[in-house]
Amino acid sequence: MGMTMTQKILARHAGLPSVEPGELIEAKLDLVLGNDVTTPPAIDVFEKTCALQVFDRNKVALVPDHFTPNKDIKSADNCKKIREFAKNFGVENYYEIGDPKMGVEHVILPENGLVAPGDAIIGADSHTCTYGALGAFATGVGSTDLACAMATGQTWFRVPEAIRFHLTGHLNTNITSKDLILYIIGMIGVDGALYKSMEFTGPGVETLEMSDRLTICNMAIEAGGKNGIFPFDQKTLDYMKKFAPDRLAAGSYEVFAADEDAVYERTIEINLSDVPMTVAFPHLPENTRTVGSFEEIRIDQVVIGSCTNGRLEDLRTAALWLKGRKVMKGVRCIILPGSNRVWKEALKEGLLEIFADVNCVVSASTCGPCLGGHMGILARGERCVSTTNRNFVGRMGHPESEVYLASVPVAAASAVLGRIAGPDELDEMLSEDNL
Amino acid sequence: MSIKGKVFKYGANVDTDVIIPARYLNTADPKELAKHCMEDIDIHFTERVKPGDIIVGGPNFGCGSSREHAPIAIKASGISCVIAPSFARIFYRNAINMGLAIMESAEASEAIKDGDEVEVNFETGEIRDLTSGESFVAKPFPEFIRKIIEADGLVGYIAK
Repeated sequence: MGMTMTQKILARHAGLPSVEPGELIEAKLDLVLGNDVTTPPAIDVFEKTCALQVFDRNKVALVPDHFTPNKDIKSADNCKKIREFAKNFGVENYYEIGDPKMGVEHVILPENGLVAPGDAIIGADSHTCTYGALGAFATGVGSTDLACAMATGQTWFRVPEAIRFHLTGHLNTNITSKDLILYIIGMIGVDGALYKSMEFTGPGVETLEMSDRLTICNMAIEAGGKNGIFPFDQKTLDYMKKFAPDRLAAGSYEVFAADEDAVYERTIEINLSDVPMTVAFPHLPENTRTVGSFEEIRIDQVVIGSCTNGRLEDLRTAALWLKGRKVMKGVRCIILPGSNRVWKEALKEGLLEIFADVNCVVSASTCGPCLGGHMGILARGERCVSTTNRNFVGRMGHPESEVYLASVPVAAASAVLGRIAGPDELDEMLSEDNL
Repeated sequence: MSIKGKVFKYGANVDTDVIIPARYLNTADPKELAKHCMEDIDIHFTERVKPGDIIVGGPNFGCGSSREHAPIAIKASGISCVIAPSFARIFYRNAINMGLAIMESAEASEAIKDGDEVEVNFETGEIRDLTSGESFVAKPFPEFIRKIIEADGLVGYIAK
């Protein structure tokens, strides 16, 4: 029986010629990740395993990005615990605030060259599935699994069934990869891919940039998926040349293509030109609507950033739509560059100045407001348009606040207009000004 | 091994943010987490829950983040078992690792009502609604999973 990309990667890491869906396997890992929420409990478990060292100092990444810069004493204690653990065990990929390589975990791991095609990666963060964009198998786990993996360098998996998303055509103007993934989640539901791998294939793939693929794979978990994955192509190679030149030169990566006779539980055909401008209404990512199909919704806050949409390409898009305009009075627009590298590049390109000129606040690179941690919490009854990935009850603050998930162009246009709107309405505003 | 308790019933897609909101994730202390368990969808949960009680949810229970704090909070609040038609995969894995019993049964999830008295047998997978008299069978855990739960989680299991 033929195998999917995911199944091939798992077979290779389990040392087996082939695997089948449902099979339980033990796989060796290329990278193990933890953050400041999940690592402190993992350290306690790690100590109980009596491990004398981490399995490989170069293959553990610890990224304190959620409640940093620390929001309170408990968070500071947690980060101190991680810092000391990293020092004691010589963890190479520990990142400190201000480090040029620091930022939001799923933005920096690919940027820092720690992810390569064919890798098997687990992270104690549900959005670890982001790395499938590079043709790796990556999935989220909890703190206990993280601890055991830090000790042993392996973990067990149930080999997932697969859903194939066969992409054709190309996205229309002002429609982004965020619209595509929200559209998919709206179509199959928040448990539409439960336990399964989401494999993106077809001629439409080559029209999607690496930043697009990262955004799409990032939200595989919001459809219940175990992982999302894209095939290796010229864009993957170009990305590696820029961000993972060492691994490229050393040949320490492996390209896995799906077999012709790979078995998919179902195939969903998507013509990218059919994807509408999509917003997910409270309180589930599957609760999607097309921009223009609903009544006016006034907003109080906009957040642009996160592991979903905090890359340089996202900030460029935000600046494109915000430049020369102003954030509507009474609306707070918070911009979070996804990493210190993104922050610095945005500075060099003049993007930060544009944001300042239009009355946005540019924060440090942190997960902060996305999970209702800090740096932009919503009050009772407030509404936020956010480029993040979840809009559950209380996700960004008060249980009676509301989060609307959207693309960067929609978030930027909404900030200017003070209501949920598409960027085409900004064009209309411009032409009215010119009359 | 069997348990008996009163049911707290919730709908589909109970997510980890409502099980334990992120604003309380600056600690992993079970007692602290239990104080805020379910508070964003059921403000009275923590004052009403008693040791041994059972949560019955809809499909995709535990969707969202990878926080192990979610099964920790549920378990520390006194809940002995969660019954749902399906669980989000990271929650499923974390629940077993934390020694929180979970059972998959669409029929039980649909029929059991809030406040019912329910008995669960982990060896046979039988779920009996003592209030309505109805009985359901979920797939029982394999022995090693039962042992993990009896050992209070994966760490206790490995240490044995």
